[in-house]
Amino acid sequence: MSGPAPAIEMRGISKSFTGVKALRDVGFDCAPGEVHALAGENGAGKSTLMKVLSGVYRPDAGTIAINGIEHHFKHPMDALQAGISIIYQEFSLLPERTVAQNIFLGREPTRYGIVDQKVMDIEARRVIALFGPSHHIKPDTVVSDLDVASQQLVEIAKAVSLNAKVIVMDEPTAALNDAECEVLFDLVETLKKSGVAVIYITHRMREITRLADRVTVLKDGAVAVSFDAVPAPDVIVHAMVGRDIGDYYAPAALQEEIGLTMLAVRGAGNDRLNDISFDLRAGEIAGFAGLQGAGRVALAMALFGASPFTRGEVSLAGRPALFRNPREAIRAGIGLLPGDRKAEALVLMQSVSDNGMLTARSLSPVTGSDRKTPFVSDQEMNRLLEQVDVRAADYAHEIKNLSGGNQQKAIVARWLALNPKLLIFIEPTRGIDVNAKAGIYHLMRDLARKGTAIMMVSSDLPEVLGTADRIFVMRSGELAGEFPRGVSEAQVMLAATGEITTKPEAA
Amino acid sequence: MISLANLARPFARERMERQAPAFLLAAAIMIYAVTALSLGLTRFLTPEAAISILNRSIALGMTAAGQTFAILVASIDLSVAHLISASAVLASVIMNGEPSMIIPAILASMTLGVVVGTLNGLLITKLEVNPLIATLGMSLVIQGCLASFYTSFSGRVPSEFQFFAYGEVSGLPFSLLVLIALVLLAWLLLRFTRFGSNIYSVGGNRDTARAAGIKTARVVVAAHIICSLCAALAGLYLASRLKSGSPWIGSEGAYDLESIAVVVIGGTVLSGGRGGIWGTTAGVVIFSLIDSIFNLAGIDAFAKQVMRGIIIVAAVAFYAVRSKRMVA
Repeated sequence: MSGPAPAIEMRGISKSFTGVKALRDVGFDCAPGEVHALAGENGAGKSTLMKVLSGVYRPDAGTIAINGIEHHFKHPMDALQAGISIIYQEFSLLPERTVAQNIFLGREPTRYGIVDQKVMDIEARRVIALFGPSHHIKPDTVVSDLDVASQQLVEIAKAVSLNAKVIVMDEPTAALNDAECEVLFDLVETLKKSGVAVIYITHRMREITRLADRVTVLKDGAVAVSFDAVPAPDVIVHAMVGRDIGDYYAPAALQEEIGLTMLAVRGAGNDRLNDISFDLRAGEIAGFAGLQGAGRVALAMALFGASPFTRGEVSLAGRPALFRNPREAIRAGIGLLPGDRKAEALVLMQSVSDNGMLTARSLSPVTGSDRKTPFVSDQEMNRLLEQVDVRAADYAHEIKNLSGGNQQKAIVARWLALNPKLLIFIEPTRGIDVNAKAGIYHLMRDLARKGTAIMMVSSDLPEVLGTADRIFVMRSGELAGEFPRGVSEAQVMLAATGEITTKPEAA
Repeated sequence: MISLANLARPFARERMERQAPAFLLAAAIMIYAVTALSLGLTRFLTPEAAISILNRSIALGMTAAGQTFAILVASIDLSVAHLISASAVLASVIMNGEPSMIIPAILASMTLGVVVGTLNGLLITKLEVNPLIATLGMSLVIQGCLASFYTSFSGRVPSEFQFFAYGEVSGLPFSLLVLIALVLLAWLLLRFTRFGSNIYSVGGNRDTARAAGIKTARVVVAAHIICSLCAALAGLYLASRLKSGSPWIGSEGAYDLESIAVVVIGGTVLSGGRGGIWGTTAGVVIFSLIDSIFNLAGIDAFAKQVMRGIIIVAAVAFYAVRSKRMVA
């Protein structure tokens, strides 16, 4: 490679866990002032590689050199002191402490044993100011009072304050909306200009195109390919997936597959939503796009009765459907797959099949058998699980050991047992790797073909555009637009931000 | 460029939540004053009456100050009640009426506190025993040891040592001054030292604290040592007040559960990392005021206990609704 000497150079890294080769002879480097993207599916070895870099794991073979000097990290602190900071997906901030306290966590300056608040304040201000005048974060603000993007800035400020020479960002946009992503991208540019080597882990092609100088793709624990210049997105995806993406998204609904109106909403609203009117037909997938907080999830929750509409009319298959709680909605034929599977959808310690049976059991008489409900028996559930292609060694094993994609399919099976009229997917592929995503898209299409109406709420715009037959855009609690399949990303973003008049490349 | 300031959500609600103990305290004071006035008992509204109310909660205040540390690191200590008894008996037996033995007795009690706190801390951090179970076990061990040697009042406290409970310094009870000093010390420690920061960090998120290079086990052990030392101090105070060591004084006062209750009423969350000593102080005063209100109104002790129970649950529910987070 050309350019300056690498700030970090890993060579021939191998690591095995109880016989399984997690990394095989991986080489990776990053120069000061460079953004090197690390792409790969879940399980490709990205996290393992970064854990080796940060001293959490010790490699079986291979070397790590910082500015040409070889280091052997025995403890994460060693890596931190050598100038390597990792910003994880789940922030490692303490929500109840202030910005300054978080930046100085574990290394507070003291005078005569007393923590020197003034020094902390000045240094915190200095570091935050590096990111430009528009980020007004006061050092004495409690972190939980900040929005997610600001929290991420604090996290980065912490790394900068530690004099990090190498900053690893592990899918930093996972929790951010589009506006917040822009803030993050600016921060990355700033870091780059100040000579930090940035290793940027992501699934999203848009971010690679936008930020990266180089791209390395990991697959099955080895470097699949390393590009010295960022190639076209489909080249990267091809390297990640090992196949073309032509059949990545499921095909659109055919005209004859779309049936009668299943859901009709007229002038509905509550404290988050206003004047919502739309129809959803059997056999179609309706995608709901919009910025974070635009009301997409609020709409799903209102339909599902979790935070009900307070005005307007809703009908499901011709019957009134203003539900006051989820139980009513479920009985009437609505199913919802929440965005945070682990927290909201799964009982992790129970078996795959128990998780599938969860809703059927809850709607059945409490005195009945748990193996046989009026909706489904456990054998039928196992057949359903097979039908939606949940891959597990045994459906009697705990569901927590399954991959995200298989967990999601198990939740689909849970609803299928009830023959739903409307299925609401919130962020259906969050945390699911590329190959399994395709499986979820095709499963959604199969369900639609069988006559279910599908509402899909997603922050992943390409996914909405690739999957939905119609796209609704929400803004500030209202429907801001409706588009047919084939609409461009730019048009949707303009409707979502309300900036109809600005230049199209703003998307 | 997008300004982050516009994205920040309003946080008036959170601020309200952080000051909640002060509101509760103000409410308790008002109810007390209104009760006294409506019953025409204005002599209960004098500074002397205030001091006497506070003086009733010295032992609880000391124990709760220590319990605050344990709960802030996301632990808890159920062994304080029996440790109080053990400390009282130990000191009283060693003194046995001899003024010259006061210092050794105090040192012995404090040593006992350090030993119990260290054991609690090590059980929790090294053997990874759940704090409830570890300290419950410790509590039973202390109680068993104590019961096998002493079954009634033991030893005798010399009159010099009774100054702790009965002495006055410029019109204020000495014991109250000790408690105030303890609270101030705890505040300084939590608010201004790196150790205090570490307490909040470890309680807020142990993994984060460890990743930042904090030796989390040490912080937890230290918090437990402080907690046990405070309980040992409360034991010394009770020995001084009763003029002898009683092997049931701690459990009779229910200092284990009451200290946890006042910490929680004071807004410190059981999951750790949030709260502080001023909230606990407010909680202790609120508890004393409740007692006084019931005494003024002449309500019997059982009704009082029911009310206390309701107030604890109501306070925690109040915080839970306020913060919409896991509180207890």
